Amino acid sequence: MSLLHIKNLSVRFGDASAVPVVDGLDLSVEKGEVLAIVGESGSGKSVTMMALMGLIDAPGRITADALTFNGSDMLTLSGRQRRKVVGKDMAMVFQDPMTALNPSYTVGFQIEEVLRQHLGLRGKAARQRALELLKKVEIPAPESRLDAYPHQLSGGMSQRVAIAMAIAGEPKLLIADEPTTALDVTIQAQIMELLLNLQKEQDMALILITHDLAVVAETARRVCVMYAGQAVEVGQVPELFEVPAHPYSEALLAAIPEHSEGAERLATLPGIVPGRYDRPHGCLLSPRCPYVQDHCRQQRPSLDPKAHSLARCFYPLNQEVA
Amino acid sequence: MTNPLAKTAAVDAAPLDQSLLYPSPYKEFWHAFSRNKGAVAGLLFMCLIVFCALFAPWVAPHNPSEQYRDFLLTPPVWLEGGQWQFLLGTDELGRDLLSRLIQGSRLSLLIGLSSVMISLIPGVLLGLLAGFFPRLLGPSIMRLMDVMLALPSLLLAVAIVAILGPGLINTVIAIAIVSLPAYVRLTRAAVMGELNRDYVTAARLAGARLPRLMFVTVLPNCMAPLIVQATLSFSSAILDAAALGFLGLGVQPPTPEWGTMLASARDYIERAWWVVSLPGLTILLSVLAINLMGDGLRDALDPKLKNAA
Amino acid sequence: MFSFIARRLGLLIPSFFGITLLTFALIRLIPGDPVEVMMGERRVDPEMHAQAMERLGLNKPLAQQYLDYVGKLAQGDLGESLRTRESVWHEFLALFPATLELAMAALLFAGIVGLLAGVIAALKRGSLFDHGVMGISLAGYSMPIFWWGLILIMFFSVGLGWTPVSGRIDLLYDIEPTTGFMLIDTLLSDEEGAFKDALMHLILPAIVLGTIPLAVIARMTRSSMLEVLREDYIRTARAKGLSPARVVFVHGLRNALIPVLTVVGLQVGTLLGGAVLTETIFSWPGIGKWLIEAIGARDYPVVQNGILLIACLVILVNFVVDILYGLANPRIRHQR
Repeated sequence: MSLLHIKNLSVRFGDASAVPVVDGLDLSVEKGEVLAIVGESGSGKSVTMMALMGLIDAPGRITADALTFNGSDMLTLSGRQRRKVVGKDMAMVFQDPMTALNPSYTVGFQIEEVLRQHLGLRGKAARQRALELLKKVEIPAPESRLDAYPHQLSGGMSQRVAIAMAIAGEPKLLIADEPTTALDVTIQAQIMELLLNLQKEQDMALILITHDLAVVAETARRVCVMYAGQAVEVGQVPELFEVPAHPYSEALLAAIPEHSEGAERLATLPGIVPGRYDRPHGCLLSPRCPYVQDHCRQQRPSLDPKAHSLARCFYPLNQEVA
Repeated sequence: MTNPLAKTAAVDAAPLDQSLLYPSPYKEFWHAFSRNKGAVAGLLFMCLIVFCALFAPWVAPHNPSEQYRDFLLTPPVWLEGGQWQFLLGTDELGRDLLSRLIQGSRLSLLIGLSSVMISLIPGVLLGLLAGFFPRLLGPSIMRLMDVMLALPSLLLAVAIVAILGPGLINTVIAIAIVSLPAYVRLTRAAVMGELNRDYVTAARLAGARLPRLMFVTVLPNCMAPLIVQATLSFSSAILDAAALGFLGLGVQPPTPEWGTMLASARDYIERAWWVVSLPGLTILLSVLAINLMGDGLRDALDPKLKNAA
Repeated sequence: MFSFIARRLGLLIPSFFGITLLTFALIRLIPGDPVEVMMGERRVDPEMHAQAMERLGLNKPLAQQYLDYVGKLAQGDLGESLRTRESVWHEFLALFPATLELAMAALLFAGIVGLLAGVIAALKRGSLFDHGVMGISLAGYSMPIFWWGLILIMFFSVGLGWTPVSGRIDLLYDIEPTTGFMLIDTLLSDEEGAFKDALMHLILPAIVLGTIPLAVIARMTRSSMLEVLREDYIRTARAKGLSPARVVFVHGLRNALIPVLTVVGLQVGTLLGGAVLTETIFSWPGIGKWLIEAIGARDYPVVQNGILLIACLVILVNFVVDILYGLANPRIRHQR
C-alpha cells in the first residue's frame, strides 16, 4: 500500500456545477519517495496539496473516490482526527517564508507549539527539542534564534525555521510548495539541499512543487505534470525528460533555456491556460496543442499507461520502445 | 464631461463601442456610491431632512412655539388619547412635537454646516502650511493640534462654551474649534504624500509659485479624504450640538433644538415617553444617515481608506 | 524596551506644556473683566478690584502670569475651588475613582462584547449575524448617548424597575470610601446586599458609556480579523494541525488586536467626554458631573485645572496604550 493514494480527486469552488480547479486527479506516493509536481501557475498544484492538508475552506468543495494517507482514509476523518495527522505525519512548507511565520511570536514559541500539540512535549524538553531542530536545519547560533521574532530573520533563515516546524513531528510525508521561489538565487540551492538531506536522513516522502525543471531532473524520482487541474503525465524522471509522451510535457521541457541553445527565441507554447469560461469540450490542451486532431476536440482523454509513462493523450509522442 | 482620449478613440474605431468610452467622473462616482444601499438610504433621509429644514414654515403643521394649553402632553396619534392635529403629540407646554422637530432640523443643519465651514477652511490652510513647511512651522502646528486632540472633543467644546457662554453662535464656534485638528492632520498627511510625486516636482520646475503649488497643484489631489472627513464631522457636529444643548450649554430654550428639547423632556420620562424618545430618535436617525452617506462617499472616493476606520 | 519607553516619555513633555498653555489661555479668553466674572457681580469696588487683581496675579505681564501658573502647577498647587474652598487636587482625587470605575466597567463591557461580536462576525462573514453586528455597531456609532441613557432608564428603571435611576449606591448603605471604588468598598464593608446594590447602580451607566466604544471595537475587530485570517501565517498555523480555536485566538486575534488596541486608545478621550454626559444623566458623582457643575457655578479654578487634569489623564492613557502597542507588536518595539 502506498503511503499516499489519491484517486479521482476534484476540488471546486462553488457548487457541483462549478469548474473544477483540480479535476479528477490520480496520484500516489510511496514511502521515502521524492515526487515532483510541475506545471504553470494556476494548474492546481498547490490546491491539490491544500486539499490533502484539509486547508480548503467553504466555498471550496473536495470530492474523491479515495484519499488515503498512511493507512487512514482522509475523507472520513473527523476534524479532530485529521488534525492529529496534519502537522505531524504530513507537514507542509510554504512558498513565502517572510509571511508564513506569525510576526507576534518568537521562533521558539512557534516550533514548540508543534511539539506540544503532537508530541506532548512541554517546558524544558520542548525547548531542548526545538533547539535540536534548529540545529538540524543548520541555523547558525540556534540558541539565540529561539527567542528571535520572524522580522529579525532573513528570508532563507525564515524558511529554515518553517522547515524545522514542519519536520518537528517527524512527518512521513513533507510537502514543499515552491519552497525556494521567494528566495534569493544563492539561497535557493542551500534550501533545496537541506530539504533533500532531511528527506534522506528521516526517510520521509517528499512532494516537491516547483517550476524549476532543472531541480526536478536532479532530485525527483518521479514527476507529475499538471495542466489546468489535471495530471497530464506521470512518469519516472529520466524517461519523462528524455521521451515525454504528452505534448504539454514536451512544451514545458522545450521552454527550458538549456534546451533552446542555438535557437533564435525560447520555445513557447502559444495561448494561455483555459479559464473558468473557456474550458474546451475535448482535451484541455487542444486549443494550444501543435499536434491536435479533430478527435481531441470532441473527447477528453484519460490518464492511461503509455510506453514510458502514464499520459492523458490520444496521440502520445515518443512511443517507440527503445 | 467626456474625456478627450475617448473622443479620439471614437474617431478611430468606426462603430462606436460604448463600453470603451470613459464614463464621466460624476457618473463613475454615482455608480460606485449607489452600489452601497445604506449610503443611498442615508442620502434619501438627508434629502428629507434638508427639505424639512428649507421649507419648515410650510411643512410644519403648527407654529413650533405656539402653546396649546388644553393639549398638554398629548400622546402621538396612534396611541389612546392621540389627536389627529398633533401627529407626534405635544410636549409639556402643549407645543406640537412634530413642528418643533421640523424647526429643530433647521438649527441642527445650520450648526452642522456652519461649523464644518468654519473649521474646514482654517483647517485646510493650517494643514497646507504644515505640509509645505516641514521644518519649523509644520511641527509646531502639529504639536498644537496634538494638544487639542488630547482633550476629549466634547469636553473641549464644553470648556469653550463655559468660557464664551452658552448660545447658538458659541456652540458653532466651540464645535468648529473642536473639529479643527482632524482637518489639519488629514490635509498635512495628504500633502506630505503628494509632495513627493513627480507632478509636483514638474510644477515646481515649471516655476509655479507657492500659492499656486498649494492651491492649484496639490490641494485638489487631497480632496477625497477631506470630503469624507467633512461628512463625518458634520454628523459629529450635530451630535455634539445636541449634547451641549442637553447639558444646558448650547442653544437655550425655548428654541426647539433637538438636544435642548431632550433636556426639558427629562422630567416627563415616567409619563410621556414620546417627548423623550422622539427628539433623540431624530438625532440618531440623522446622524446615522450622515454616517451611512460618509461610508458610501469614502468607498466611492477613496477605496484605499476602506479599512481605515 | 527601555529605550522605547524613554523615547515615548520624551514626547510627553511638549504635550504637557501645550496643555498648560491651552488651559492658561482658556481662562484669559473669558469675555469681560475677569474679577467681575469670578465674583459674579458688576461694579466691584475699585480698591477690592485692585486687590483681587493683585491676588490673582492678573496685573502682571502675560508671560509672567503664565510662568507663575506653571510654577504653581510644578509645586502641585492646582488652586482651590471658589465654592467649597477645597483644593482642586483633593476634590479631583476624591471624585476620580468614581469616574474610573465607571469608565473601566464600560470598557470591560465594550471590550468583551465587542471583541466577541467582531471575531464571530469575521468568522461568519456575510451571515445574518455578521450583518446584524455591522448594523448595530453603525447605530451604536451614531448614538446620542445622553438619549440612549434616558431610554434605558425609561425601560429598565421606570418600566421594569430592575435598576436604580441614579447615584452609585442606595442611601441606606453607609460605605467607607477606602479605595474609592464602590464595588471594592462594598465588598470590604460588612453591609449585606451593598455589593449587589452597587453593581445594579453601575450596570446601566456602564452600558451607556460603553456603547460607542463597543461599536468601534466590534467594527475594528471584524475588519482587522478578516485581514489577519487571510494571512499566510494562519495557513501555517492550520497546517500545524492546531485546533480552530487556537488558530483563531492565539494566532489570529493576537495580531488582529494591534489595530484594535490603537483604536481603543483613541477612544479613551471619547470615553471621558461621554462620562460627562453619562454622569449627568445618572447623577454619578464623578469628575464629569463635577466639571459641569463647576461650569454652571462659574467656579473657574475647578474648570481650568479640572480640564488640565483630564487632558493629562488622556495623554497618560495614550502613552500607556503606546507601550502596550509596543508589547503587542514586536516590530514596533524593535524599531531603530
